[in-house]
Amino acid sequence: MKPARFAYQRAATTEHVLEALHRSGGEARVIAGGQSLVPMLNMRLARPALLVDIMHVAALSHVDDDGARLIIGAGVRQRDLEMRHDTAARQPLLAMALPWLGHVQTRSRGTVCGSIAHADPSAELPLVLTALRGEVHLRSRRRARRLPAEAFFTGMMVTARAEDELIEAVSVPAVRPGTGYAFREISRRHGDFAIAAFAAVADEKELRLAIGGVAETPKARVLPTDQGLDDALDTFAWNLEARDDLHASARYRRELVRRIGREVVLAAIRDREARALKEAT
Amino acid sequence: MSRQAPAVLDAGQRHPVRFTLNGRKAGGEAEPRMLLHDFLRHVLGATGTHVGCEHGICGACTVQIDGAPARACLTLAVQADGAEIRTVEGLALAPDRLSALQEAFRAHHGLQCGFCTPGILMSLDALLRERPDCGEAEIRETLSGHLCRCTGYTPIVKAALAAAEALRVPHHA
Amino acid sequence: MTLDVHAQTVGEGGWVGISIPRVEDAALLAGRGRFIDDLGMPPGTLHAAILRSPHAHATIESIRTDAARAMPGVAAILTGTELRALTTSLVVGVKAPVECWPMAIDRVRYVGEPVAVAVATDRYLAEDALDAIEVSYAPLPAVVAPLDALRDGAPLLHEGFPGNIASDRSFSYGDPDGAFASAPHRIGVDVDYPRNACTPIETYGVVAEYDPALDAYDVLANFQGPFSIHAVIARALRVPGNRLRLRTPPDSGGSFGVKQGIFPYIVLIAVAARLAGRPVKWIEDRMEHLAGAVSATNRVTRLQAAVAEDGRILALDWDQIEDCGAHLRAPEPATLYRMHGNMTGAYAIRNLRIRNRVVVTNKLPTGLNRGFGGPQIYFPLERLISRIAATLGLDPLAVVRRNLVPADAFPYRTATGALLDSGDYRAALDVALRDGDHESLLARRAAARVEGRLYGIGYAAVVEPSVSNMGYITTVLTAAERRRAGPKNGAQATATITLDPVGSVSVHVASVPQGQGHRTVLSQVVADVFGLRPSDIRVVTELDTAKDAWSIASGNYASRFAPAVAGAAQIAATRLRERLARIAAAQLNARADELVFSAGKVFSPGNPGNAIPFTRLAATGHWAPATLPEEVEQSLRETVFWTPPQLDAPNDADEVNSSLCHGFIFDFCGVEVDRDTGEIRLDRYVTMHDCGRILHPGMVAGQITGGFAHALGAALLEEQSYAPDGSLLTGTLADYLIPTAREVPEPVILHYETPSPFTPLGAKGVGEGNTMSTPVCIANAVADALGLADIRLPLLPSRLSEALHGAEPQPPHHEARPPQATQGERTLFGRGRASVDATPEQLWAMLLDPALLARVVPGADNVRRESDTRFRAEVTLGIGPVRGRYRAEIALSDLDPPRAVTLSGSVDGALGFGRGRGRLRLVPVGQARTELTYDYEAAVGGKIASIGGRLLDGAARVVIGQFFESLAVQASGRRPSLWRRLLRLFRRRA
Ligand code: FES
Ligand code: FES
Repeated sequence: MKPARFAYQRAATTEHVLEALHRSGGEARVIAGGQSLVPMLNMRLARPALLVDIMHVAALSHVDDDGARLIIGAGVRQRDLEMRHDTAARQPLLAMALPWLGHVQTRSRGTVCGSIAHADPSAELPLVLTALRGEVHLRSRRRARRLPAEAFFTGMMVTARAEDELIEAVSVPAVRPGTGYAFREISRRHGDFAIAAFAAVADEKELRLAIGGVAETPKARVLPTDQGLDDALDTFAWNLEARDDLHASARYRRELVRRIGREVVLAAIRDREARALKEAT
Repeated sequence: MSRQAPAVLDAGQRHPVRFTLNGRKAGGEAEPRMLLHDFLRHVLGATGTHVGCEHGICGACTVQIDGAPARACLTLAVQADGAEIRTVEGLALAPDRLSALQEAFRAHHGLQCGFCTPGILMSLDALLRERPDCGEAEIRETLSGHLCRCTGYTPIVKAALAAAEALRVPHHA
Repeated sequence: MTLDVHAQTVGEGGWVGISIPRVEDAALLAGRGRFIDDLGMPPGTLHAAILRSPHAHATIESIRTDAARAMPGVAAILTGTELRALTTSLVVGVKAPVECWPMAIDRVRYVGEPVAVAVATDRYLAEDALDAIEVSYAPLPAVVAPLDALRDGAPLLHEGFPGNIASDRSFSYGDPDGAFASAPHRIGVDVDYPRNACTPIETYGVVAEYDPALDAYDVLANFQGPFSIHAVIARALRVPGNRLRLRTPPDSGGSFGVKQGIFPYIVLIAVAARLAGRPVKWIEDRMEHLAGAVSATNRVTRLQAAVAEDGRILALDWDQIEDCGAHLRAPEPATLYRMHGNMTGAYAIRNLRIRNRVVVTNKLPTGLNRGFGGPQIYFPLERLISRIAATLGLDPLAVVRRNLVPADAFPYRTATGALLDSGDYRAALDVALRDGDHESLLARRAAARVEGRLYGIGYAAVVEPSVSNMGYITTVLTAAERRRAGPKNGAQATATITLDPVGSVSVHVASVPQGQGHRTVLSQVVADVFGLRPSDIRVVTELDTAKDAWSIASGNYASRFAPAVAGAAQIAATRLRERLARIAAAQLNARADELVFSAGKVFSPGNPGNAIPFTRLAATGHWAPATLPEEVEQSLRETVFWTPPQLDAPNDADEVNSSLCHGFIFDFCGVEVDRDTGEIRLDRYVTMHDCGRILHPGMVAGQITGGFAHALGAALLEEQSYAPDGSLLTGTLADYLIPTAREVPEPVILHYETPSPFTPLGAKGVGEGNTMSTPVCIANAVADALGLADIRLPLLPSRLSEALHGAEPQPPHHEARPPQATQGERTLFGRGRASVDATPEQLWAMLLDPALLARVVPGADNVRRESDTRFRAEVTLGIGPVRGRYRAEIALSDLDPPRAVTLSGSVDGALGFGRGRGRLRLVPVGQARTELTYDYEAAVGGKIASIGGRLLDGAARVVIGQFFESLAVQASGRRPSLWRRLLRLFRRRA
């Protein structure tokens, strides 16, 4: 299990990265933490001609907080975000999901954007990004653009990123007063990719549930808070077109959507109430 | 505005890689595709770091990179250039003096074949440094990034708890 | 915190029985272990990589290696042709005209079977060379499930195994017919025991060298024994045993039986070294291990019992179908016969009928794995006990008690021939219930049930055999065949004690430890004999067949260390002490038999002041041999060969004492099942062991917790899964799930010691028992929680969904859905439609235009037209980060102009293969529009199936969808920009 040959470039600036991606005609890949890419290299599933290492680009390595949004640079490691003292206060759902990603030994290297770029439908961060209506910030030499999560994830491990584009950052809205969050994941073992994962956001206007691990991309729905909830969950469950695999049947996944989906939206509502109480005091 | 683009390290060529290994300078040559564990083991001769899966699951290859436990098998040697690497060979206080963590493993039979052990020690060493007050749940959480087929983990957890205790009361030990 | 090895203090009864720190640990903890990949290699050593079959069953049409041979750094490429020229087929464990090669010759029979070996200056280059080898396969239908293998017309794996049956034997003991005829109840279970594997964290490793001058091989391998395999390897390499030097490294990273299965690779790498003319090293990688190392057998069992009203079992009827995978490799079908003496478990049942069939299927060949045959027996047997209780309305514990072998019956001869050495099963059970607080578990269950939670309790009682009789495997032969072949029996253990010129003691055994601390235990045993400290004793356990004392039974398997090897060392040390005592007697003017060896001195109890230092006495044989008393020939070295007399060959009634010692285990546990998720929480697990005398409590505990973790994995997580087409689905550790510290709780361990009268130290084996008791104990608890009669391992929450959630209501809108693949099924179905601005006739004309096809096949270039309706192309396909290059063939058939056509295609490449066919229909809509509909069926497999089945299915769907969509787009001729966009989209995905 050794990678096929590739060249390696350690970029110092974003321009270097964009230049390399521009020139390579689709044969270059960005390497950040490498926690999703290197296994594929070792198995020779991925055979890029060039790896562009972005971890020494200072401009990509921080989290910006403009009050309304957290903008997480491409070089920010999952563990760094997890350990930041204010992550839970600024975006509770992120803080709830981070401990579920792999293991501390992979979070220490893996980046937030790297997990988004990999677009595994069972991964936690694409789910959180979808639940929060986050955005992916793409940049190439030609243009800069932002895509909402749901437009970015187009299939299983397939995204709308063009070959010459770098995911410069992802952004999620910061916590808003009167909003509650909940996260839950069902997997065979802790740290495994999800059989089904749930992220819910509840505010005064709506109740939004996103589900990962079931369809080919994470999917979100706005759900009613009244007696219609169970029916809406049932429809959601069927619409995800779950499939059987080694670890769980489609039917089991639907059952989780109905049962755990319900629990998680209720937990988000409770969280909203708890936060409102805290804000009031 | 942009500085001159850094050199591309050609595929198929060897390039110098230098880092600090257990506090000492270390270096050698590697193709861009060489994995860090191969570089440590077969270029530098530091065979204490083991390899069990080369896809990031088993944890046998765990080393500390810039202080944090990480998979050597998911790291290219060229990525580690300039980093500070710590491996199991750097844990003992002296050739005949094991660290408190290593001693605890010995006292509690936290190893059988010892193949998973170096990686586990590197993770626990980082945990105990970061969170000296950690309890069983945190220890199990950290250990869940490792596979051990011999011990069933119970003696490892006991060893880690004993080490945490010994480090909290250093002179007692 | 220093490494003070001298700080040891001896216990009352000596060193044996106390948990001293292990001598092995200091080096292992400091990163100074000496595992095979850590050792220095001869200069010029080359590295091997192995190309493996992506197909479960296929004929090899050709292997093209020229490109690979021409690559820089490549020294040799070995294929079946060279292998056949230089070696002989491996012996097969049954009498049949069947060959068994370490690498495929002409035909592959499982995914992962070696097809070629590339040897190069480093491993990276060797793997590059594999990429350049082109193999052309003609796929054959595969058979995966053992019952399918038995069906008429099933694909045949070996001509020499008609009906895929390698062996079919029936046995009868006592009067089973009478018992079944007269019993009031007949109660049974049907079990499909899954495949799993013990997956040591260190994989296989071999370094081999060939000396053409001597025609001799020198091999270093982390092989674990039994060394009967040495004969198998030498025979395959066509050299006498003394021309095959087999050595083991000082440390081995776990085995649990699995490293027995390395031997075909020893042959393979030895031949590669011969071909390359240089030493060759091969370290197996994890994906190779999961696809190509040995797994345990899966087994289909129907077990019926004749049962009395009170739950007493009057007779058993076993029908076992053992699946050994694609080849019957030595020592198989041993998994099926290892337990032959123990088919009644811990129970006194005198009447049995047994039918044993061994079948071959297109799966990985099987071999030793912890528990070896035990889990496959105890799952049905202990499920049966539970079913008997449920059926007759009895307490399961009452059924267990009623049937246990009574204490006064030991040594007890079972109906099938085992001699249970010692035990008091009922007493051990009572102690377990008392000390394990069974009462509180009952209370917890009652309380949970009142609250509507799903809580269950399970039990299991098993006999754990250890020290295998080397003759048990011949039970697969008929008595007449055995007479012709000559008797096989015994279990020879060896140990050598050496005294050096300064009087220090070395011990050498052929036990080949894989992490069990043999060196520590032997130092304790020998220290006790000589009155020394364990740190005074140096123990060497690596084996060199060219120098050391060994036998076919040598090695580390069947839990033989404590009962047999440690005992042999004790005998050797005692003999040497007797000689030293004679020498000392002369010097001390005392009687030899009254001398005391203690604290490094030898003295007569009446005069401890007048003592000889042990080292001086021990050195005498070197420095002053002439002073030795006449009857002491030498006092330098003693080698003992010990074989227990109880291990006879099977007799004409097919009774066999398959193992020397028999421990007893009684387990019980409480589990809670989550109503919503089906997740299983182990609330409490109690395991009671009678493993005879305990030599090192810490290590015994470690064996139990380690075996328990393996068993928990088998119960809840682990299964080596194959799709119906033989694709391996668990090719990485992301899909073959091993329990971690979060999944394995601490079991409550209890002991009840009845020393074995048959072993020198009274010890019995202990390392395997929980793999036999725990899976079924947990299954019984889950069955109790959910009220299930049928339960299959592993206990996937998803599989419990039906029982938990009942039938699923229909989807809200009754839309027709395409048929969905069922679990593990690799066939994909799909359908789609497109509307096109063209008439069917226009479309039809375009369809037959080869240029069009070239444009609609995603990623195709170099399209060659073979005939009007056949095309070949090179295709680059990629999804997400995964990209590969494939050879594609496309054909049109069933032409029905201008209404319908069938398109079939296949792709083949390093990452996998795919085959599919789709029917395309053209229906006119109005004047100049056509509705184009398609449905397809596709099968995909190969390497990528074992890495990411879900990714593969997704990829195939995208590619197929794209094909038809782009066909529509092309045909409409109006939206070239869209097509270009699609194409770009596709390329970007790569
Ligand atoms: S070898 Fe790196 S995690 Fe297994
Ligand atoms: S001690 Fe052997 S794998 Fe952990």
